[in-house]
Amino acid sequence: MATPVLDKVEAEAKAAAYITVTFRVRRFNPEVSAESTWEDFQLEIDPKERVLDGLHKIKWDLDGTLTFRRSCAHGICGSDAMRINGKNRLACKTLIKDINPEKPITIEPIKGLTVLKDLVVDMEPFFQAYRDVMPFLITKDTNEPTRERLQSAEDRERFDDTTKCILCAACTSSCPVFWNDGQYFGPAAIVNAHRFIFDSRDQAGEQRLEILNDKDGVWRCRTTFNCTDACPRGIEVTKAIQEVKRALITRRF
Amino acid sequence: MSTTETTASGIGPVEGAALYDVDNPAPVIEAPRQRTKKTPKPTRGNFEMYGWLFMRLSGIVLVVLVIGHLLIQLVLDGGVSKIGFAFVAGRWASPWWQVWDLAMLWLAMLHGANGLRTVINDYAERANTRLWLKGLLYTATVFTILLGTLVIFTFDPNIR
Repeated sequence: MATPVLDKVEAEAKAAAYITVTFRVRRFNPEVSAESTWEDFQLEIDPKERVLDGLHKIKWDLDGTLTFRRSCAHGICGSDAMRINGKNRLACKTLIKDINPEKPITIEPIKGLTVLKDLVVDMEPFFQAYRDVMPFLITKDTNEPTRERLQSAEDRERFDDTTKCILCAACTSSCPVFWNDGQYFGPAAIVNAHRFIFDSRDQAGEQRLEILNDKDGVWRCRTTFNCTDACPRGIEVTKAIQEVKRALITRRF
Repeated sequence: MSTTETTASGIGPVEGAALYDVDNPAPVIEAPRQRTKKTPKPTRGNFEMYGWLFMRLSGIVLVVLVIGHLLIQLVLDGGVSKIGFAFVAGRWASPWWQVWDLAMLWLAMLHGANGLRTVINDYAERANTRLWLKGLLYTATVFTILLGTLVIFTFDPNIR
């Protein structure tokens, strides 16, 4: 803390920077109504704050019943993916000034998963798809963890992009195929399979490719690039899916 | 919710009692065809991969076949006005154009049918809808391919 004089100056500067923002939140509470409705909240907030700060402000000061997930609040736990102004983003990585605060900011739960309350969805089908691609290291000859498994920098670089996934479901719930057919693996599961398929230390790549060669596997991808646009980690999701497709084709011919 | 329901809070204007409460929550709207531990069943074989490859390869061939076809039929040598029974009979007298039209028929029908199959897989949610739409699609495809093939092979210009 600085001197009281400086504090006052800071406080004045802060107050001057505040703007009024409307948060238009899609609300659903099965204990009250079967219908989901839009609710508007007026906030006095610094435009350099994040959408998550706005949601906190609502929950803490205006309406404690607003329900949403968040954990680390710094873009790494992947809890607070939501549809902000019609685009899947992390509330904790989206600054209010970047999404046109003059107009109401719409906030909805991510699509394609069952909404349980307000912004909370049932993530179980999403994680089931993740589990189905066996997202763990599998080795056949040297199971004993006796020493480090070494890898060259180039081999590590091969799958570097897909190691960034935080399982926030922004990609999968932006995929139009997944919206209509939850049986599709979805981009996130394929990204996490890609991470192991192209890992030189892993030996079950063939098995994972076979899983993704399924009726509901990579061939259902329509390359709409929604997943790449949605990914808050900047993973080239569609490219990863295409690489899995290419691996499947070159494996056969 | 607040604008309408803080005052009403689920109390319907007619009933006078809350429709849903903590012990009796409203049903949630399930996402279509959700993945569970048991579904989808793993499938063997490369059908989907061959289907995907076929779409790309037939697409490339069809560009040549269809644009060539349209040029001959509609643009070159007098355009659409020249088309008549004699024109068709003359073209089908040559095996080259027979093969051309046969390839175009098969590729276009299979390409279109596979595309529609994908659309049905993507958009039809109920198992019954999928079954009936696909049944209709396959019937129409097989019928058109067989009829077209029959005509190309048995075409006789000496009618009557």
